[in-house]
Amino acid sequence: MNINELNELKGKALKDLTVSEGYRVVVGAASCGIAAGAKTVLATLQKEADAKGLKNINIVPAGCIGMCVYEPIVEVFAPGQDKVTYINVDAEKAAKIVAEHLAKGNQVPEYMIKDGAVRNLNEIQFYQKQKRVVLKNCGYINPEDINDYIALDGYQALAKVLTTMTSEETVELMKASGLRGRGGAGFPTGMKWSFAAKNVADQKYIICNADEGDPGAFMDRSVLEGDPHAVLEAMAIGGYAIGATKGFLYVRAEYPVAVHRLKIAIKQAKELGLMGKNILGSGFDFDVDIRLGAGAFVCGEETALIASIEGKRGMSRNKPPFPANKGLWGKPTVINNVETLANIPQIYLHGAEWFKSFGTEKSAGTKVFALGGKINNTGLVEIPMGITLREVIYDIGEGCPNGKAFKAVQTGGPSGGCITTADLDTPIDFDNLVAVGSMMGSGGMIVVDEDNCMVDIARFFLDFTVDESCGKCTPCREGTRRMLEILDKITLGKGTPKDLETLDELAANIRLTSLCALGQTAPNPVLSTMKHFKDEYEAHVFDKKCPAGVCQALLSIVITDDCKGCTKCVKVCPVDAITGKVKEKHVIDDSKCIKCGACIDACSFKAIIKK
Amino acid sequence: MQNECKCNCNTADDPRYVELKAYIDSVKGNEGIAMSVLQEAQTIFGYLPLEVQKFISQNIDVPLAELYGVSTFYSQFTLTPRGKHHIGICLGTACYVRGAQKLVDKFVAELKIAVGETTEDGLFTLDATRCLGCCGLAPVIMIDEDVYGKLDDVDAIPGILDKYRG
Amino acid sequence: MEKVNVTINGIAVSVPSDYTVLLAAREAGIDIPTLCYLKDINEIAACRVCVVEADINGVPMRNLPASCVLQVQEGMNVRTNTAQVRKAVKSNVELILANHNRECLVCKRNGSCELQKLCDELGLTEVSYEGKMRKAVVDDLSHSIVRDSSKCILCGRCVSVCRDGQGIGVLDFTHRGFNTEVAPAFDFSMRDVDCIFCGQCINACPVAALKEKSNIDDVWAAIEDPDKIVVVQTAPAVRASLGEEFGFPVGTPVTGKMVAALKRIGFDKVFDTNFSADLTIMEEGTELLNRVTTGGKLPMITSCSPGWIRFCEMKYPDFLDNLSTCKSPQQMFGAIVKSYYAEKFNIDPKKIVSVSVMPCTSKKTEAKRPEMQVDGLADVDIALTTRELGDMIKQARINFPALADEECDSILGEYTGAGVIFGATGGVMEAALRTVADILTGQDLKDIEYNVCRGIEGVKEATLTLPIGGVPTEINIAIAHGTANAAKVLDAVRAGEKNYHFIEVMACPGGCVHGGGQSHVSAKARLDVNPKVNRANALYSEDERQTLRKSHDNPEVKALYADFLKEPNGHLSHKLLHTHYHKRDVYCQD
Ligand SMILES: Cc1cc2nc3c(=O)[nH]c(=O)nc-3n(C[C@H](O)[C@H](O)[C@H](O)COP(=O)(O)O)c2cc1C
Ligand code: SF4
Ligand code: SF4
Ligand code: SF4
Ligand code: SF4
Ligand code: SF4
Ligand code: SF4
Ligand code: SF4
Ligand code: SF4
Ligand code: FES
Ligand code: FES
Ligand code: FES
Ligand code: FES
Repeated sequence: MNINELNELKGKALKDLTVSEGYRVVVGAASCGIAAGAKTVLATLQKEADAKGLKNINIVPAGCIGMCVYEPIVEVFAPGQDKVTYINVDAEKAAKIVAEHLAKGNQVPEYMIKDGAVRNLNEIQFYQKQKRVVLKNCGYINPEDINDYIALDGYQALAKVLTTMTSEETVELMKASGLRGRGGAGFPTGMKWSFAAKNVADQKYIICNADEGDPGAFMDRSVLEGDPHAVLEAMAIGGYAIGATKGFLYVRAEYPVAVHRLKIAIKQAKELGLMGKNILGSGFDFDVDIRLGAGAFVCGEETALIASIEGKRGMSRNKPPFPANKGLWGKPTVINNVETLANIPQIYLHGAEWFKSFGTEKSAGTKVFALGGKINNTGLVEIPMGITLREVIYDIGEGCPNGKAFKAVQTGGPSGGCITTADLDTPIDFDNLVAVGSMMGSGGMIVVDEDNCMVDIARFFLDFTVDESCGKCTPCREGTRRMLEILDKITLGKGTPKDLETLDELAANIRLTSLCALGQTAPNPVLSTMKHFKDEYEAHVFDKKCPAGVCQALLSIVITDDCKGCTKCVKVCPVDAITGKVKEKHVIDDSKCIKCGACIDACSFKAIIKK
Repeated sequence: MQNECKCNCNTADDPRYVELKAYIDSVKGNEGIAMSVLQEAQTIFGYLPLEVQKFISQNIDVPLAELYGVSTFYSQFTLTPRGKHHIGICLGTACYVRGAQKLVDKFVAELKIAVGETTEDGLFTLDATRCLGCCGLAPVIMIDEDVYGKLDDVDAIPGILDKYRG
Repeated sequence: MEKVNVTINGIAVSVPSDYTVLLAAREAGIDIPTLCYLKDINEIAACRVCVVEADINGVPMRNLPASCVLQVQEGMNVRTNTAQVRKAVKSNVELILANHNRECLVCKRNGSCELQKLCDELGLTEVSYEGKMRKAVVDDLSHSIVRDSSKCILCGRCVSVCRDGQGIGVLDFTHRGFNTEVAPAFDFSMRDVDCIFCGQCINACPVAALKEKSNIDDVWAAIEDPDKIVVVQTAPAVRASLGEEFGFPVGTPVTGKMVAALKRIGFDKVFDTNFSADLTIMEEGTELLNRVTTGGKLPMITSCSPGWIRFCEMKYPDFLDNLSTCKSPQQMFGAIVKSYYAEKFNIDPKKIVSVSVMPCTSKKTEAKRPEMQVDGLADVDIALTTRELGDMIKQARINFPALADEECDSILGEYTGAGVIFGATGGVMEAALRTVADILTGQDLKDIEYNVCRGIEGVKEATLTLPIGGVPTEINIAIAHGTANAAKVLDAVRAGEKNYHFIEVMACPGGCVHGGGQSHVSAKARLDVNPKVNRANALYSEDERQTLRKSHDNPEVKALYADFLKEPNGHLSHKLLHTHYHKRDVYCQD
């Protein structure tokens, strides 16, 4: 196909997308929507609409709409009207939506957000502070239909680059945009491209890093599931810029839906000649292939990822040489993160200045965060760089559930650190987060509240890195394990003041001497919690207490005078630690109790407490 | 020292080996195929025992020790057969801070196996997994293809298990 | 090569631009510790004990880079001796020790261990962690090699040498993180996998995680036993390395001291494998001529390296008929001792304990092959390595450096220069050519140094013109050492790209001088010396010193044919000196 044909197709596709009569019904069907029941909802909507013989109803699955708590979400679009959002839809509700809204035009307010006049998600606070660049198409287009993507300017950027720009100009524009890698380190994408472009080689590669291993992060999955062509288009642009004709998408195996949609997208792009030989008649060839991970966090690290694509153990190797000089099979290779790539088509469509109009001076654009943990509005949010953490946590996330007190937010996952109330007014960008002792990372943002023990959280992250260390270099393989053992000791109440010193020393050495960034950053969660929550560590070590009541060895479960003697707790205790007569106060034998907490949950009188 | 093969690894007419061989032939000649062949083999056989890896080693000319190294590096490969149903409890950060450990304890108590093990009747394999990407529904578990979210109440677990015992 | 200027601990040096900081530091007289680095073999930057502080034109490098892989750059300023670096190195070594079975006093590598030496240099006096340690797996099922996982420091040197150097890949990293191990697939014993027992991994290992299976006690027991007549043969390459066990520079020939020491240890007779190397040339040269003139299977490939034989049996069974049927010199020697020698001196061969000292770990397994028996008697009963002989000499409390030279016993102790050079790659070929050329030309040729056969290039090739049946005929030869090179040659033959008449293969890179039983040369020493070259030179110099330099001139070999064997490749030769091979399956579970 050539450019004229692309534009023709775009006109036609846009008409189909923006229904001129009837309804376009979109069901959020990313992984977590599907987990919540989106498939049943889709099927029911279609079945009911067919049964009623309704015309001009276009029911499509879409990617992530962004608000997990409301899944499954159905949005109804009609010409000339604001969209209507239905939340927590199930089969029954779906049937009713068809019967009332689609058949008769009567909206069903009881299935909408319970907030006065709110008719759709755009009106709630959760969305108002967001700016959707990366997620522009997510939750709106049908990711399994290339026409939807083309309708909304899809592949126009590639067309522009291939027909009006040289490779050098393409690299220069990327430099000018100030885009920094969203995969963690924030390295300027244009610079990375220019290194690879400079190298002369018979073959170069571009790799999309879709390993997304940070536990609690799902930005990249959402992009792949909701807007796969954006990533493919960006890879082709990058390929043109650096002189690569072959791309690989390295996707973690835990993302079957993303892989499925990517495969469809690649097939459709190839059919239309937007991938493959002589793209848009420009003479540029570009092909992509998918490679699946198999469960190893370290494979998000570039050199480990390369080893994995080469079919080997995902062990990192020393840098330099950097992949831009010596990468996949020894050839110059650029590795870009999914979200980084998803920004790219729009940068070429709207220009570097447009992109820099969002965000801060040194961190242009937006950033997607996966907001999770102890927060009311869990979900996917895209904000312009520069708004504060407080805005994200309180305005968008609406604080911690059940009125609990916010304690900290962990950014940067297992490589990052925690940020406390004191630093909540920090404007979010790459450098500021580092300045407050954490890092941007890939965008996981996990909130913890007063019920979480920070020593335990540090232990959790370290346990993760110990498990995921590739095992190649001494400090990471051996050192993180020793740190974990010390933390275990502390949470068991056997810690000594010397242990705190040893932790510090080990951490410093692991950071300084580990071979790759996994090890170099592994001590961060410990160091940052030691810094901000020294009191909690000291309570464990000196007082043998866990202030948050999490570390089981350090707490007693006791029955207070509120006990009514209902005997319910006796029945749930797995080790028969509770005794007492009916209607009399019960007691727990501390020597038997394994602190499972089952009795606490069982008691209707809240008579059992942790001490 | 054995001179003759004593194991019954006669692969010629086992349809699973035929299928694997066909896959290998379809990718042979490409570089770095070891991972994808192992992935395909695990799909076909359900796990990667010695005979299968030996077959692969001979057919793609990669030392068995290297294949073994790869198959023990990645957590998705398994060298032992798994139970009929695979239970994955998410121990990603979001699930962890929302109490996933309690779920683990409950499953361990219910099934009387440790994480990573398979019940004696071969019905369930219990695993802790990394983030399933449904953090919004934390804590989350996955049994086979079904995801169960918002499992704040551990007492729901026996009921869920019963569905698979049927 | 372009040069760059760097400063190391304040000392300015100018080094080639492809140098690493580690090598540049040596130029500046600064020693940086290493553990995983092994020049030209393992450069994976894993142990992190070679870390340094560095900046480039004043811009500090992130963290502490590993000097073993850090390439020098103009304007680089390196510091190896700061508090931070010392602390980091010590900390990493301490972490290694925390997961190491620290029993130096009863350890095989006590004294030659690179880790132990490093601990001493760093002044490491305690290990402050007491957590989990790797589970100990001791695999001693093979006749050649013992693997002890509790000593392994996961440096990967064995992995690289076996997979990349030898092209086999018996050992690899398995599992990950703290559970990482280096082991054969599915935790098989090395006995049951495609290991050829070349012992290159032992030579590469800085610690005692890989070592030879010791037979020292068996030898002492035999010597103690009054009913036994214990004879010993020493292979050509042993004399080029044994001295290293006693502090001599790498590649010092110590033949006379070695013979003296063997006598003091208490062997009843001290002979020389060089004798049977000459014998091998007679048999193998004749076999080659027969094959060439009668249209036998070509190329003919040498068979004196048991590591190579195993490799061929496992990986290239279609070449088994190409192998010379000659037993190796070790086995020929044993067979002659228990037949000709026993007969001549009227000894009951059952009373003879035939001991060999070899540069080789594979020879231990070769000696146990069922084919290596004549009338139910093993040719060789016990095969020791050079290192084991060193240990025995120490155990016997012999002051080795002070020994005066002595000569081997007769009648199996005489040898020519041709037998000596067997120990280096190309040596068998050169020795064979010396004899074959003489036979074919019917002359006593003077030009006997075949330089095409010498040197450590992986594959050496030549075409020689020899008068066969009076007609000048082109003979194509190839020499490969290291099994990865052997595989290259065989692949080319298999593909029809090459047409050779005669191929020499040695399993070990450099040949037996660099065999798996030779004295350990530390990674640090290998920065300055190449044991393959130094030891080969020791052998070539001994060859030059010999008056007799052609196998067919060896008087004792001549006598052997005249009195006993009658003719090369004759009936008795076939019974005693020739063997056969078979395909070998591996990784079999019963
Ligand atoms: C242990 C580790 C894990 C990583 N995981 C990921 C990941 O899952 N996804 C990702 O895009 N980058 C990950 N990275 C960062 C990548 O190595 C790399 O910097 C990034 O993909 C580059 O792309 P960008 O420049 O577009 O950010 C990881 C890095 C480390 C050290
Ligand atoms: S830092 Fe950890 S993950 Fe990275 S190479 Fe070392 S052991 Fe492997
Ligand atoms: S916490 Fe668990 S073990 Fe302890 S008394 Fe309650 S139910 Fe029993
Ligand atoms: S459940 Fe609560 S009220 Fe009932 S016996 Fe136990 S502690 Fe008392
Ligand atoms: S291997 Fe080295 S450090 Fe370890 S016990 Fe033996 S001598 Fe000591
Ligand atoms: S070094 Fe000290 S402890 Fe060790 S053997 Fe010698 S005297 Fe004994
Ligand atoms: S002895 Fe040789 S073949 Fe066997 S593991 Fe060691 S290096 Fe590899
Ligand atoms: S066996 Fe020896 S060479 Fe191999 S990894 Fe272990 S310590 Fe290193
Ligand atoms: S080359 Fe020499 S030392 Fe090596 S296996 Fe062969 S005979 Fe043994
Ligand atoms: S709504 Fe998209 S990830 Fe949950
Ligand atoms: S070939 Fe021996 S195990 Fe099958
Ligand atoms: S942390 Fe459990 S689904 Fe993400
Ligand atoms: S990291 Fe340089 S010697 Fe091991």
